[in-house]
Amino acid sequence: MIEAILVEGLIYGIMVMGVFITFRVLDFPDLTVDGSFPLGAALMVQGILLGMNGWLALALAFVGGVIAGVITALIHNRLKVPNLLAGILTMTMLYSINIRILGNRANVPVLDQETLLSDVSARLSGIIPEEYVLLIFFVVVALVIKLLIDLFFRTDLGMTIGALGNNEQMIVSQGINPQTLKTIGLGLSNGLVAVSGAFAAQYLGFADVGLGQGIIISGLASVMIGEFLIMKSNRISILTLCALAGSVLFHAVMYLGRYYGYVIKMTPNDLNLIKGLLIIVLLIMTRFKKLNMAALKAMVQK
Amino acid sequence: MIEIINASVIFNQGTVNENRALQNISLNVREGDFITIIGSNGAGKSTLFNLIAGTISPATGSIHANGRDITREPEYKRAQYIGRIFQNPLLGTASNMSLEDNMMITYRKGFKWLKRSLNNRMREFFRSELVQLKMGLEQRMKENLVMFSGGQRQALTLLMMVLSKPSLIMLDEHTAALDPKNAEIVLELTDTFITEYKLTSMMITHNMSHAIEFGNRLLMMDRGEIIFDVSGAAKKELTVEKLIEKFHELRHHGIENDRALLSD
Repeated sequence: MIEAILVEGLIYGIMVMGVFITFRVLDFPDLTVDGSFPLGAALMVQGILLGMNGWLALALAFVGGVIAGVITALIHNRLKVPNLLAGILTMTMLYSINIRILGNRANVPVLDQETLLSDVSARLSGIIPEEYVLLIFFVVVALVIKLLIDLFFRTDLGMTIGALGNNEQMIVSQGINPQTLKTIGLGLSNGLVAVSGAFAAQYLGFADVGLGQGIIISGLASVMIGEFLIMKSNRISILTLCALAGSVLFHAVMYLGRYYGYVIKMTPNDLNLIKGLLIIVLLIMTRFKKLNMAALKAMVQK
Repeated sequence: MIEIINASVIFNQGTVNENRALQNISLNVREGDFITIIGSNGAGKSTLFNLIAGTISPATGSIHANGRDITREPEYKRAQYIGRIFQNPLLGTASNMSLEDNMMITYRKGFKWLKRSLNNRMREFFRSELVQLKMGLEQRMKENLVMFSGGQRQALTLLMMVLSKPSLIMLDEHTAALDPKNAEIVLELTDTFITEYKLTSMMITHNMSHAIEFGNRLLMMDRGEIIFDVSGAAKKELTVEKLIEKFHELRHHGIENDRALLSD
């Protein structure tokens, strides 16, 4: 049970870090995610079925996600469409594209195929106890991606992207086109989301066009849980760690809901309601936390 | 340097709310000029800055920089050679980033690539520059800018803008949102930097005595027009009384309280 929660949390954690980049760093609520997640899954599965190398298929999924993000950015920048609508447009179009990629089917299984995961399991099964193979693999993968993101946001380019979400005028005043930075940020974010989708498809054993439904809400809830539980910081390494931890915790809650929800007569269909309520509760709690902090500050100053 | 030829800016053109914010303005900002600009609210001072910076484009007329037509050049491209400081001290820096990161972003203009330039040599350079501000900021390089006062942030913005060596700097009442003590410090720094680095500058102020005290040229604006442009010896002889008198002479508005309009 714990392994399953951790593995799921880490796989989706890659997506959560992508969502964190758009929502928190860029301050751009990007709904493309609901389409780029299954896009990654579809590209990965088709890549495997075509006999591609697993890592190559994963790279393909990443590139696909980047393109999806760039398209949203272009719609937003060039046509002056509000950011939410731009994301919804791309997401809607991706639904059709994903079905196309899957060969006009809504669901394509890869259970009997050799995937990256089965390959890794086969190689490591002698060295590590079998039940921990995937867990260790995903700990490594998620940490490597986390470190790469941390490194990126410590470069000059990454720092300007960080400043953009904070103060767009400052970026313009520096002679930098904010649209370029948004495009890079959205591309990177959706690339990560697609990679997450690619891993999810292999883990689940299929790609489904509905895999992305509500992903943005899961991602957002995870980001918020991470922020709520861990101290406030502006260090990128801590923030990405929060995102990963938030994802694991979120999946723990969802896991409990799925397997033990019947105790309170809950069905898996109720999970979306629970996700939404979770976000609302988190919003309320964050407000109280802020109010308390403000009250505390006022007390201290007196 | 910067030349505006017959530019007009009209808001809500063709509607009942049509507002001619600038009317056939022509202005030649010469190299080395330090221009102070005064005028009542709605006179078009900030619109003039927006026009030069590229935030808005003129309905008619054109703008040239060093002989090159820049009328259609977007704001971010002009920002490569035009520095601007706003009244709001928060607009020049990123609140949730550290002082050194902010300096890293602002010290060189233009797009930045995937390299890591913030090293110890750079930090040392930043520290030595911060000493000029005499605010002790050089000890607080790792702190978030949220912890800094408006005056400190405005001084920092000023310093970083000067370091990026723009051809023209525009100060849009950059001390108006600060408390009197900080306002004085920032204004003094401004004057020092402008003289020291021989910057071509334009400064909007609501304070007539500041407008007279600083700079070598003074513009008075009213209702979208530059009604008075004085420089050199003539400017040195100005007093607040003479300015108000001048305003009366130029405009027979029948406004009861010109002092309130030109406010200080």
